[in-house]
Amino acid sequence: MVRAPLCSQATEADSLAQSFESAYGRWIVRAISVAVCLLAWQAASRFRVDLGIITFANVPGPTDVLFAAIAFAKSPKVFAHIATSLTRVFAGYAIAVVVGIGLGLAIGKSRRAADLLSPPLELLRPIPAVAWIPLAVLMFPSSELSMIFITFIGAVFPILLNTVHGVENVDPRLIASARSLGGTRQAILWEVILPGAAPSIVTGLAVGMGTSWFCLITAEMISGQFGIGYFTWESYTLQNYADIVLGMVLIGMLGMGSSYLLRRIGAALTPWHTPEELRR
Amino acid sequence: MSRRELSARHKGGRIDAEHVSIRLGSGADAFEAVQDVSFTIEPGEFVCILGPSGCGKSTLLGALAGHIKIAKGSLHVDSENVGGPHPDRGIVFQHHTLFPWKSARDNVAFGPKMRGIRKAERRRLASEMLELVGLSDFAHRYPKQLSGGMQQRVEIARVLVNRPRLLLMDEPFGALDALTRLMMQELLLAIWQRVPTTIVFVTHDIDEALFLADRIIVMSSRPGRILEVIEVPFARPRPTEIMASQEFGKLKAHCLSLLRSTLDGNALQRLSPLGITADARN
Ligand SMILES: Nc1ncnc2c1ncn2[C@@H]1O[C@H](COP(=O)(O)OP(=O)(O)OP(=O)(O)O)[C@@H](O)[C@H]1O
Ligand SMILES: [Mg+2]
Repeated sequence: MVRAPLCSQATEADSLAQSFESAYGRWIVRAISVAVCLLAWQAASRFRVDLGIITFANVPGPTDVLFAAIAFAKSPKVFAHIATSLTRVFAGYAIAVVVGIGLGLAIGKSRRAADLLSPPLELLRPIPAVAWIPLAVLMFPSSELSMIFITFIGAVFPILLNTVHGVENVDPRLIASARSLGGTRQAILWEVILPGAAPSIVTGLAVGMGTSWFCLITAEMISGQFGIGYFTWESYTLQNYADIVLGMVLIGMLGMGSSYLLRRIGAALTPWHTPEELRR
Repeated sequence: MSRRELSARHKGGRIDAEHVSIRLGSGADAFEAVQDVSFTIEPGEFVCILGPSGCGKSTLLGALAGHIKIAKGSLHVDSENVGGPHPDRGIVFQHHTLFPWKSARDNVAFGPKMRGIRKAERRRLASEMLELVGLSDFAHRYPKQLSGGMQQRVEIARVLVNRPRLLLMDEPFGALDALTRLMMQELLLAIWQRVPTTIVFVTHDIDEALFLADRIIVMSSRPGRILEVIEVPFARPRPTEIMASQEFGKLKAHCLSLLRSTLDGNALQRLSPLGITADARN
């Protein structure tokens, strides 16, 4: 009996050391994995590996990309490209947030609004935003506006659908309680329905941000004169192959950065709601 | 305290239900959940509604709250027809309906906020109410961070901050463990002394009904009708020891036999329709 606690303490310490070791070990494994990938890439491009169906003959290696990045960072174009893309994304995205949440609240809350607005939206929804590009170029006199429109289209449907879903899933008992406590329709919208739907809306905002970037890059490749998507495509046509990969990396980083920012804002707006991924 | 004394002390909270029937469902599935129910509850009285599961207790309470329309009869609180939900008639459910995005204090302050009371003042009111239910130290917690018993206490505070004429409770302690339930029952009686209001308390726990109520309305199985109204004679304040008394045991046996008879199904009902038509009005 006297020994039992000692024993359990010992095993506890053991398992603690073990878990520390394993956490440490896992990071090492991860770092090695990345290093091996980079090395393989470097080797493949250096030795111009040709596997028949895929060839690395024209693929720049990691070091080429690094030098390209340094050169790019020194040129004045860097700021212009990134700023242009960010402006387009955030302009289209901001409009999508307002329209998506606004329409979503209306559709989720009122049957009349749902009957009125849902059919045309349901007809437009299956059309991928990218398919709008030619028409958008025709519709808008400036290519800037057409690209903002494309990012808007990309973001608006995920935001709209998640808002509707969130509003429809607000616990009706909460609404009943709010009515019993003297809440008017207006107050219930602000105090109950909006916060009740907030976690779902935040999900929609995150998904919308992703699709928004996707659409923008595509649009820039097709019809841009500036922007990071245009830069990537231009590098291909100008045969600056290292810049292609640099463009890809930048696109990935900008997308990741925006969605990280969004998750943080979402978490700050819904402090009572902590999704698993943020807790880790 | 006699019931007459009680009514002298309270300005409002009288309930008059006359031949109330409530239909639920729609079309071919429509059925009568509550059938021809009549009763009067005096201001400041504590009445329990006891009945088997599915007999329409929640439905009746929902009608008193104003969430459910009645099909026949009339329902008045202080001679006013019950038209819709109103902060004068607060309701507490088995599972809390606190707003997950508001702290305990902001939940309690919701009613005053709806009345347009300024922030500082409604915070003061809420803190006062939280103190009454013994949760001053938990004012800043979100509902998720509270235990089940605490959540129900916040819920009660949120309703009482409106100083309702009626406090409607639908198995409020049904989801709590036995010990917590007992503590909540005592707490409720203590609060009721401080904030006098008419309480209609739905339960299917006979002990709970006998411990809490001035009168117990026993309902039949579906469609819900009134089987009998039982006066509970124990003086207040009630110590928990009364639960061990002989009188308590007798009343409990009586309630149990009533509930059992109604549960034994329609066959029995046909054999002896007596007792089912007991006049419930006082
Ligand atoms: N919205 C509804 N539509 C159709 N039937 C319903 C609805 N709500 C409840 N019912 C039925 O009406 C009857 C009465 O329900 P109610 O919830 O009032 O019973 P209860 O006495 O509160 O039961 P419990 O003790 O289980 O809470 C039940 O048979 C139930 O199945
Ligand atoms: Mg019920």
